[in-house]
Amino acid sequence: MHLFVQQVIAGLATGGIYACIALSVVMIYQAIDHFNFSQGEMAMFSTFVAWQLLAWGMPFWLVFFVTAALSFVAGVFLFKVVLRPIHNASALSQIVVFVGLLCIFNSLAGAIWDYTVKPFPSPFPQGNIGTTLVSGHDLGMIIVTLAMLLAVYLFLRFSTAGLAMRAAAQNPDSARLCGVRVLWATALGWGLAATIGAVAGMMVAHKVFLEPNIMYSIILYGFAGAVVGGLDSPAGAVVGGFLVGVIENLCGVFVPGGGELKLTFALVLIVAVLMFKPSGLFGRSVVRRV
Amino acid sequence: MTLLRVEGLRAWYDLTQVLRGCDFVLDEGGVTAILGANGAGKTTLLRAICGMVRRTGRIVFDGQQIESMATEDVVRLGVAHVPEGRGTFGRLTVTENLRLAAIGRRNAAGAKEDLDRVYAYFPRLKERRTQQAGTLSGGEQQMLAIGRALMLSPRLMLLDEPSFGLAPQVTRDIFQILADVARKSVVSMLLVEQNAALALDLADHAYLIETGTIVLSGTSEEIRANESVRRTYLGY
Repeated sequence: MHLFVQQVIAGLATGGIYACIALSVVMIYQAIDHFNFSQGEMAMFSTFVAWQLLAWGMPFWLVFFVTAALSFVAGVFLFKVVLRPIHNASALSQIVVFVGLLCIFNSLAGAIWDYTVKPFPSPFPQGNIGTTLVSGHDLGMIIVTLAMLLAVYLFLRFSTAGLAMRAAAQNPDSARLCGVRVLWATALGWGLAATIGAVAGMMVAHKVFLEPNIMYSIILYGFAGAVVGGLDSPAGAVVGGFLVGVIENLCGVFVPGGGELKLTFALVLIVAVLMFKPSGLFGRSVVRRV
Repeated sequence: MTLLRVEGLRAWYDLTQVLRGCDFVLDEGGVTAILGANGAGKTTLLRAICGMVRRTGRIVFDGQQIESMATEDVVRLGVAHVPEGRGTFGRLTVTENLRLAAIGRRNAAGAKEDLDRVYAYFPRLKERRTQQAGTLSGGEQQMLAIGRALMLSPRLMLLDEPSFGLAPQVTRDIFQILADVARKSVVSMLLVEQNAALALDLADHAYLIETGTIVLSGTSEEIRANESVRRTYLGY
């Protein structure tokens, strides 16, 4: 039982990371109807920027907020410069651009910071806390991700800009007829998604160490979380992310040979959800009055 | 005073030209109807005014040329388009739908007043204010679309087939409220409607559009009295 609880908590900690990635994937998906395959590499690149700032001697929490802000600007910039011109291109062209961005960020990070594995510091107390159920970093990670997810929720739910973003994602033409500047709303979504990814990257880098391929498996778990929760539901993506984290961890420990099959569980989960409940746990299958 | 002046307006969907040079003026205050058969270009005319289709020509709204402006900028000048099929946000609540339309307004107190005014016109919307718009009936969605347009505090409302898909009783209610709005506030209306009898009851002026050009104009009485309009569009 002790082991079980411990593994659930550890699962929640990584689940928070998947939840963040899933949320950023869903936010972009809602706005432009496609997966942004480069989401993970954008987060990885942000994390390297944070690492560089830390290496220059800036304190962790300053780096944290500077990186989050820089990532926001970069996200907006990426949309305005790269995605805007192909706004009306076919789905396939857009996906090719995303895959291209993925390769560009990956190689760029490798070229600038090389491929050696780098330790990334944790701002949280080392060792286990209290009854040794949970490590200080895991607990800190859960708190930071939950705080950020709450902030995003409050922003989307109650602020005017959040309302405009939701409207622009649902029906761009109608949003324009309400005076919403749809391009800016979408750009804002890109900025937010990049920020969320950056925070996830800075939190997880301490656990998995930093190198350009750090997001390779995390993005798959993030996609799994998004699909499990439902691609049209930001809240669902968050719950899905946490679920995937816990399931992955429990399977890794309690299924014989599961340690090697962790990633497989994520993919099996994607396939199973798509087969039996394609709209996800919280997604709506679209029903229209005619 | 002239609120809207349209000269030589042409509009296209991809390569298909729908409007072939429309000219008309709309005076401030009152209701102007655009009559015409299916496919004559009525909806396109409204979409062209607020920049939702490719168009050329001159459109002057309140002294400002708007033919090359983006939709959201035309809207922010005070042109509220209630599109055919209503275009409400199904997954936002009724209140959120209304609040959204006040986004470009500087004056928060005015927006609050307008929200109360909309709920006074449409008590049904007030009852359902926390409900998702997708769960509303067709009539209620049309009310929401009109309410949303009013939240923009517009000078001009473009109404595209408000009777579309509604039961006769609901249509009567909605036209009653539109008449009420037109009488009580300073807003002007440009109404597109297939049901010509209904439109002429509400409007004081009317234009007839055929295959992309305006072919007839006059007061509602003149149009109603026109022999060919009577036979073709009023059916008696």
